Amino acid sequence: MSTTHISPAAEGEPVRFYELEEHAHPEGHSTMLGFWIYLMSDCLIFAILFACYAVLGANYAAGPSPKDLFDLNLIAINTAMLLLSSLTYGFALIGLQQNRLRLVQIWLAVTGLFGAAFLGIELYEFSHLIHLEATPQRSAFLSAFFTLVGTHGLHVTFGIIWLVTLLVQLGRHGLIPANKRRVMCLSMFWHFLDVIWIGVFTFVYLMGALR
Amino acid sequence: MTPHPAPVAGPILGRLSLDAIPLHEPILIGTFIAVALGGLAVIGLLTRFRLWGYLWSEWFTTVDHKRIGIMYMILGLVMFLRGFADAIMMRLQQAMAFGGSEGYLNAHHYDQIFTAHGVIMIFFVAMPFITGLMNYIVPLQIGARDVSFPFLNNFSFWMTTAGAVLTMVSLFIGEYAQTGWLAYPPLSGIAYSPNVGVDYYIWSLQIAGVGTTLSGINLIVTILKLRAPGMGLMKMPVFTWTSLCANILIVASFPVLTAVLALLGLDRYAGTNFFTNDFGGSPMMYVNLIWIWGHPEVYILILPLFGVFSEVTSTFSGKRLFGYTSMVYATVCITILSYVVWLHHFFTMGSGASVNSFFGITTMVISIPTGAKLFNWLFTMYRGRIRFDLPMMWTIAFMLTFVVGGMTGVLLAVPPADFVLHNSLFLVAHFHNVIIGGVLFGLFAAINFWWPKAFGFKLDVFWGKISFWCWVVGFWLAFMPLYILGLMGVTRRMRVFDDGSLQIFFMIAAFGAVVIGAGILAMLVQFAVSIWKRDQLRDETGDPWNGRTLEWATTSPPPDYNFAFTPVIHDLDAWHDMKERGHQRPVTGFRDIHMPSSTGAGVILSGLALVMGFALVWHIWWLVGASFLAIIGGAIMHTFNYKRDFHIPAATVAAMEDARTEQLTLLQSRHLAGGA
Repeated sequence: MSTTHISPAAEGEPVRFYELEEHAHPEGHSTMLGFWIYLMSDCLIFAILFACYAVLGANYAAGPSPKDLFDLNLIAINTAMLLLSSLTYGFALIGLQQNRLRLVQIWLAVTGLFGAAFLGIELYEFSHLIHLEATPQRSAFLSAFFTLVGTHGLHVTFGIIWLVTLLVQLGRHGLIPANKRRVMCLSMFWHFLDVIWIGVFTFVYLMGALR
Repeated sequence: MTPHPAPVAGPILGRLSLDAIPLHEPILIGTFIAVALGGLAVIGLLTRFRLWGYLWSEWFTTVDHKRIGIMYMILGLVMFLRGFADAIMMRLQQAMAFGGSEGYLNAHHYDQIFTAHGVIMIFFVAMPFITGLMNYIVPLQIGARDVSFPFLNNFSFWMTTAGAVLTMVSLFIGEYAQTGWLAYPPLSGIAYSPNVGVDYYIWSLQIAGVGTTLSGINLIVTILKLRAPGMGLMKMPVFTWTSLCANILIVASFPVLTAVLALLGLDRYAGTNFFTNDFGGSPMMYVNLIWIWGHPEVYILILPLFGVFSEVTSTFSGKRLFGYTSMVYATVCITILSYVVWLHHFFTMGSGASVNSFFGITTMVISIPTGAKLFNWLFTMYRGRIRFDLPMMWTIAFMLTFVVGGMTGVLLAVPPADFVLHNSLFLVAHFHNVIIGGVLFGLFAAINFWWPKAFGFKLDVFWGKISFWCWVVGFWLAFMPLYILGLMGVTRRMRVFDDGSLQIFFMIAAFGAVVIGAGILAMLVQFAVSIWKRDQLRDETGDPWNGRTLEWATTSPPPDYNFAFTPVIHDLDAWHDMKERGHQRPVTGFRDIHMPSSTGAGVILSGLALVMGFALVWHIWWLVGASFLAIIGGAIMHTFNYKRDFHIPAATVAAMEDARTEQLTLLQSRHLAGGA
């Protein structure tokens, strides 16, 4: 590793040019860093979608505006679902630290259910909007709205698919290092989506209600 | 906005029908026949010599960074020939189409050619070339056995290839975009480009973009995590430094491209209004976003080559690089500054004087760190014992050419001047001046420099020099007329001209392109001749140029595991230091070496992505769904494979290293005998 301290060779002592002990990097030793960087690249995609919403979000094209459309009560419940799912994921990680497979599985399953509830409410909201003829095609505001919120929802969907896959893998192999690493990665992904949602909730819904 | 009436689409083949085959274009049919015959010949030969199994198990499924690097270079080379064919067709058309002549290309075909030329040269030539180079060299330079995520590396390569294949398919099935290489809306919107061209553009770039982003992440983590003991950040070879910065730029800019192309795709497929003229859409939003990716992209291309020039200059001057620290800081400055200049691509948009001034100034500021680099190279050469081998020749050609390109860039950075020169051939000449003079010349320096490392023999010098002179002379002949034409106000992407006095300039430019073509041909001959004469050109030392960095410390070509024992670094020029202080290569005590295993998952997933891209282009919805589910299913299945590594037994390592010891002893005794 690059962090190893190399002491300068003393006078006369031969300089060591090779590491004679094999020090294999354990598999997946840099997965966390790689996954962080991936999340940051994903964050940029959301940044662009937020930027589009910021620029186009007031272009209603004589169509409905946020005030006409958003039901803050519904969104509050929705937000609660996602925040609770992050909390329960935290419980799963406590189980992971204590090496208790059952606990991890149960809390992951609960997390998945909260995630599914979030998605269900979001789909209900979308269908309601489309029913009101506030479709993505209606105005640039709605295009940007549906794309930003929908992309987040798509991420949650993939998160749930991942979560189910992980539950199967945990059932098969238990808390082996590879699976622990995967639980940690999904945790980062899940909390990341939570952070994005806080942005969506504030920037799209709360500030939309003020417009 | 009422959705544009789509061409009648069937449930089975979508909008794909026999009309999609361009039978009315004799040029395309001829190309298709040639490609088909060539392809059949290759397939026949591979089958005849039973090479499929070898290719599959040793190359296509490999996770070895060296082989993946070589495959990237081959992809770049193949696509380069296509991109150059487009170039020479344009030069011929523009040299002919005067005095009422329509030339030989109709507008529909010509517009596709200039679009394809730009897209291919950037995404499928320059990008694979630099990614391949970084893939091959970086792990060796930092003393690592492979990259951090070897499977991801294989997957990235095949995604890039899938994107390239989809672009090539558009040549024979359907059409390519006729929008210019950045596909500005509203022209690229569904109202003005209702056919498949722009869809090919979107999906080929999306697929390749996944590969590029992942390979960027992979190389950043590799450089940060896998450096040999003792190699602090400020002891990293300059090429590794510039690669790190280029990959940071990749990760920080390609997602923007992904997002903006997805939005354009939504406009085209779902009828949203991001970039439309009506319902509140803003085409200018697209122009901003795509250049937020596009400007860092040019630095992604040039930065690794700045690293190459640094390595070459110091090696062939026999000196430590002058101003290593300033070189690193200059690179970091360029990395950051490249994010705050994007608006200079559209000063004429009308953002106002203050915005234009800001971006004009930041653009000019970038020339300061770049200038610092140039002086560093010159001071490295100063009082050095310079050897004019091919890599050094390319480096000097770069310095002379690139400076001119850089100065015309500073001219363009002045907003009032840009209002005159915007969209003119002056601009075209400028960016070819920096991309050919910087990126391509750098690649040729790199290929000549590291070829012996990759294959164990040097490249032929005679044909290399012919190629060099053809390229350098051809470049000046082809692009100086364009500067002059641009100053006279000729705009880019024109198919026919009225003013006969301009023709002579276009004829000189076309002649220059032919000379460049001779340079390319000479380079292919150089490769062939070198392979033919490989025994005479053989280098057994592993260090043919008296190199300074770690990649020269191992065998050429390096063994699968790169280094039997991880090197320990004490100095910036690690290998030079080892040679100076008389290091002893360990010859016993080998151990099992932990390595990643090959997998076919990358090929399969990328193949499915290619099918899905094709289906999306042609609106074959059932196939889109099926291939999408297959990708998800395949990816999940891949995660159920937990056994991804193996050990090279110590005995195998010992056998290979003993052979190396014998080779070195033989060289030593031959050297002694020669000396006596």
